[in-house]
Amino acid sequence: MVRIANGQAFWGDSPSAPIAQVRGGEIDYLTLDYLAEITMSVLRKQHERDPSAGYARDFVELMSEIMRECIQKDIKVIANAGGVNPEGCAQALLDVAVSQGISGLRVGVVTGDNIVGKLDDLIHQGVSLQNLDTGQPFEKVSDRIASANAYLGAEPIARALAEGANVVVTGRCTDPGLVLGPLVHEFGWRWDDWDLLAAGTVAGHTIECGAQATGGNFQGGWRTMRDLAHVGYPVIEVSADGSFVVTKHPGTGGAVTTATVTEQLLYELGNPTTYLSPDVTADFTGLQVREVGEDRVEVTGAQGRPPTDSLKVSMAYSDGFQGSAMITYAWPDAVAKAKLADEILRTRIDDLGLSFREMRTDLVGYGSVHGRVIPPEASETSEVVLRVSIWADDQRTVSRFAAEIAPLVMGPAGFTGLLAGGRIRPSLVMAYWPTLIPKTVVDPQVIVRDGV
Amino acid sequence: MRLIDIAHAKSGDKGDSVNIGLIARDRSNYPLMVREVTAERVAQHFEGVCLGTVERYELPNLGALNFILTAALGGGGTTSLRVDAQGKAMGEALLFMEIGV
Repeated sequence: MVRIANGQAFWGDSPSAPIAQVRGGEIDYLTLDYLAEITMSVLRKQHERDPSAGYARDFVELMSEIMRECIQKDIKVIANAGGVNPEGCAQALLDVAVSQGISGLRVGVVTGDNIVGKLDDLIHQGVSLQNLDTGQPFEKVSDRIASANAYLGAEPIARALAEGANVVVTGRCTDPGLVLGPLVHEFGWRWDDWDLLAAGTVAGHTIECGAQATGGNFQGGWRTMRDLAHVGYPVIEVSADGSFVVTKHPGTGGAVTTATVTEQLLYELGNPTTYLSPDVTADFTGLQVREVGEDRVEVTGAQGRPPTDSLKVSMAYSDGFQGSAMITYAWPDAVAKAKLADEILRTRIDDLGLSFREMRTDLVGYGSVHGRVIPPEASETSEVVLRVSIWADDQRTVSRFAAEIAPLVMGPAGFTGLLAGGRIRPSLVMAYWPTLIPKTVVDPQVIVRDGV
Repeated sequence: MRLIDIAHAKSGDKGDSVNIGLIARDRSNYPLMVREVTAERVAQHFEGVCLGTVERYELPNLGALNFILTAALGGGGTTSLRVDAQGKAMGEALLFMEIGV
């Protein structure tokens, strides 16, 4: 049996969670996810300014706290914290080991996901790179690409472990791959044991969103969740036959129930018979989820079939600027005042002749989230927040829009100030461009670097 | 009766699409969900919000239905001006649906 923990579901997740996973009970592997869809574009910019940067520094900070313990306890760490510079991230870890006098660090570095330099070749080879969701042609964005990374699978991670790594740093790879890699390595599963690879992929999906499997963001009964302040992040105990038990460390908050696990299984799921990854196509429709003890839920029944010949690629491209302001209006007539202010603003923007892609108004506290699906109560609300947002091609338009917010104080009575501080700053929009490429284009590389 | 009385839900984003997993609190209510919560009804429920299509998948093994709503997030997670840019609350919006018994 192999115990795999998740200690980070996204960049910005609790810094305490991975430490609690290492100290709160026994685990064999700690997996950490740092990369959201557009994180790579931010990291690439950092890397251009400073060639030693371009990875998740939070991960190195974390490792400077737990590296010694992990090596002593033989807990292996798998993280996609490498961003666009996994080698730089590995170097930073080796530097930590030297400065703290830690011996025995072996960092596996997985590269090959970054294909930004191959895009022209791909187009020449006839790969369309069209948008996977919308079908739009790549020419639309080809001159604005900020990053392009293929989702690697579990294979290079398993290879790094086989070569003796005790920390594996990757760039872009699938979240479930962080878990499947160790399982293949530990159990010696073959790369055509489709049901087992599917089971490992489902296991990875179950813990990839951290505390979402253990009562965090639990829609089915958030009131019933005890001590969410100390919510336990998930640990899975996986058997060689691919069945696994989801649990968490004793004494932690939250809960593991069939309901919390089922919500996570369905999270961001598409067609449940066809969960795609580079390693296997998994089928969720045979899964059985049952409680086998307190905070212990067993998952069995994953089925798999061969993966497709394609790899998913995540690209980011710059796509104009946005800005957003929030103004609070209070009783009496909070909603009417906010609506009048919005009208004044729109008239002024119109008078200025600003051209923009979209301007949006929301009354926060009055149907801004559910809209017409759940209409707000007709009775008067004691306050409402007017939220006005704009999206334009250029920064100047957003700045000019921003300059029209403060003058609204002379609009309807009841402007109580801006909720989110001073004048809004235009922010560069990074949009997401998913596409597919032939698997043969990418050749994942693994290097294991020894510390002292 | 509203769906919230018999089910819980979880929603998330994939580009401009949102998926909503709808889970029967008691497995015995799953057939009722299958009968009442059709793709057509969900499309009606989210009229004006989901500008694309609604597809439904059945997971009787989990007592759950999975819905994919396309063109539902004002352009998608990273560019959307929506307050709920990632559709995190859309699962709960589905639970507001009235169903017959």
